[in-house]
Amino acid sequence: MGDHDLSLPKYTSQSKSAAAQLMARLLPVTYVVVGLLCAWEGIKALWSINDNTLPHLSSIVSFFGSRSQGGRGPLLVYQMLVNALATFGVAFGGFVIGGMLGFLLALIFTQSKLLERGLMPYVVGSQTVPILAIAPMVVVGLGQMGSPDWLAKAFIAAYLTFFPVTIGMLRGLRAASSEALALMHSYAASPVQIFLKLRLPASLPYLFTALKVAATASVIGAIVAELPAGSSMGIGVVILNAAQYYNSRPEALYAAVLIAGCVGLVFYGIVAAAERLIVRERRIEA
Amino acid sequence: MMTATSPIIVLNQVNKTYYVGKNQINALHDVSLSIAPGEFISLIGPSGCGKSTLMRLIGDLEQPSSGTLLVKEKTPSKARQDRDYGIVFQAPVLYEWRSVRKNVELPLEIMGYSPAQRHERATEMLKLVGLGDFGDSYPWQLSGGMQQRVSIARALAFSPSILMMDEPFGALDEITRERMQAELLRIWSDADSKTTVIFVTHSIPEAVFLSDRVVVMSPRPGRIERIVDIDLPRPRDFTTRELPRFFELVTEVREGLREHS
Ligand SMILES: Nc1ncnc2c1ncn2[C@@H]1O[C@H](COP(=O)(O)OP(=O)(O)OP(=O)(O)O)[C@@H](O)[C@H]1O
Ligand SMILES: [Mg+2]
Repeated sequence: MGDHDLSLPKYTSQSKSAAAQLMARLLPVTYVVVGLLCAWEGIKALWSINDNTLPHLSSIVSFFGSRSQGGRGPLLVYQMLVNALATFGVAFGGFVIGGMLGFLLALIFTQSKLLERGLMPYVVGSQTVPILAIAPMVVVGLGQMGSPDWLAKAFIAAYLTFFPVTIGMLRGLRAASSEALALMHSYAASPVQIFLKLRLPASLPYLFTALKVAATASVIGAIVAELPAGSSMGIGVVILNAAQYYNSRPEALYAAVLIAGCVGLVFYGIVAAAERLIVRERRIEA
Repeated sequence: MMTATSPIIVLNQVNKTYYVGKNQINALHDVSLSIAPGEFISLIGPSGCGKSTLMRLIGDLEQPSSGTLLVKEKTPSKARQDRDYGIVFQAPVLYEWRSVRKNVELPLEIMGYSPAQRHERATEMLKLVGLGDFGDSYPWQLSGGMQQRVSIARALAFSPSILMMDEPFGALDEITRERMQAELLRIWSDADSKTTVIFVTHSIPEAVFLSDRVVVMSPRPGRIERIVDIDLPRPRDFTTRELPRFFELVTEVREGLREHS
């Protein structure tokens, strides 16, 4: 408790204007981006790496700016963003399904040590199974059972997201100190009251840490789910196509990877923003 | 100030043993004590003599290994269900996601007070502990002493009939401490139905100033060494501390503490 006093001065930064604060946050990012770009072209020049192995940054940028279908179609960057949006939708669906499943499992495990001991090995084991192998089974299987395409893919994303949420939430639901619990007992609080007024709020920092991991994992899951046959949309499809033509047009794959990274970043940012809103009264590190 | 009325708390030959691995810790040994309704009792003794344990047993946060314990002629468990206890723990134990006001309102929320009642009680209690302007602050924005005062306001908020305080003023400076002592006595004597207070402290003058009786404890095994009746007149104020009798009693308690160390 006492260490709280030490970090008080941090909060005097609240007096800064919003614009100045934004600048202060963006500046380090900008430095890193500029540094990376320089390193890219520097390495390429130093070791004289040919364009097929490492394309020029400018060719990746101009790839975004070119048009599909031999110049008559829409801008490629537009097309990629449409695909990114499809992937994001699947990832978000999986994030929600996996998040709810993880939350539920954590809740069950805190209620019963027996169930935790019985089921936890399978929960952990599920994550060691190669997702690439499961994806076709689930997507094709669910598709034949009449599930919409996006839902089948979302299940793959959920497969990756429920795990960090289960683990994080389990830790969070046990985070309340024994004294905080004793206080509740001294009020003869009901189990529901203890959950709503103590365990749940005490778990939120842990939950959000898990959700941030889950957000990025769900994007990976969505992309992997798009690889098996039949998909027509999504970053996964774009990556697959670009990989086929990598020898003649490497910048396409780099562009796709860049977009995939951006989808993950945006998703992460959304979760972080939600955290700031919901857990706003607490000091959030970093 | 033992009165003729039947005691509110009765401990009879209470023992508490903790098992840590193969070790046995005899935290309380054959503790017998009767506390009258409305009495102000202090527990004093060296660290580890079982003061907090005794409080936790009475408060039904822990079960005795043997012996009997009755609170208002009920089991401690029943008394807890009836919300007879207000507890101030050794640490403030504030919920960090709640504002100071919301922390004080916590027991009231659980006990089903209306929002208007909660607001009124919390305002009143925060003023009482001198934190009237800090309702919207968060615990981490307060000093340790201020946090402890919030926890006192929270314990008083629902006017429990038994108030248990574990070194509540330990984190306060001498001046604030004496002010809080006077304030506590005022609250205690003002209450419509007199509150019974069990007060744990390390300070001899504090125990003497506040109490009707001071229970001197000694460690290994934790037990009651002696009980000193404090016959100082009430109401007590800063002049009480200058009475010759005050010093006599302080000496008596100190001797009790020295006996077994
Ligand atoms: N949960 C526990 N498990 C094992 N031993 C315990 C437990 N709680 C207390 N004890 C032991 O019981 C003894 C009494 O502890 P207690 O906390 O009641 O002391 P105290 O008089 O309140 O000390 P202090 O003045 O330092 O707060 C100590 O020896 C302690 O180690
Ligand atoms: Mg103690």
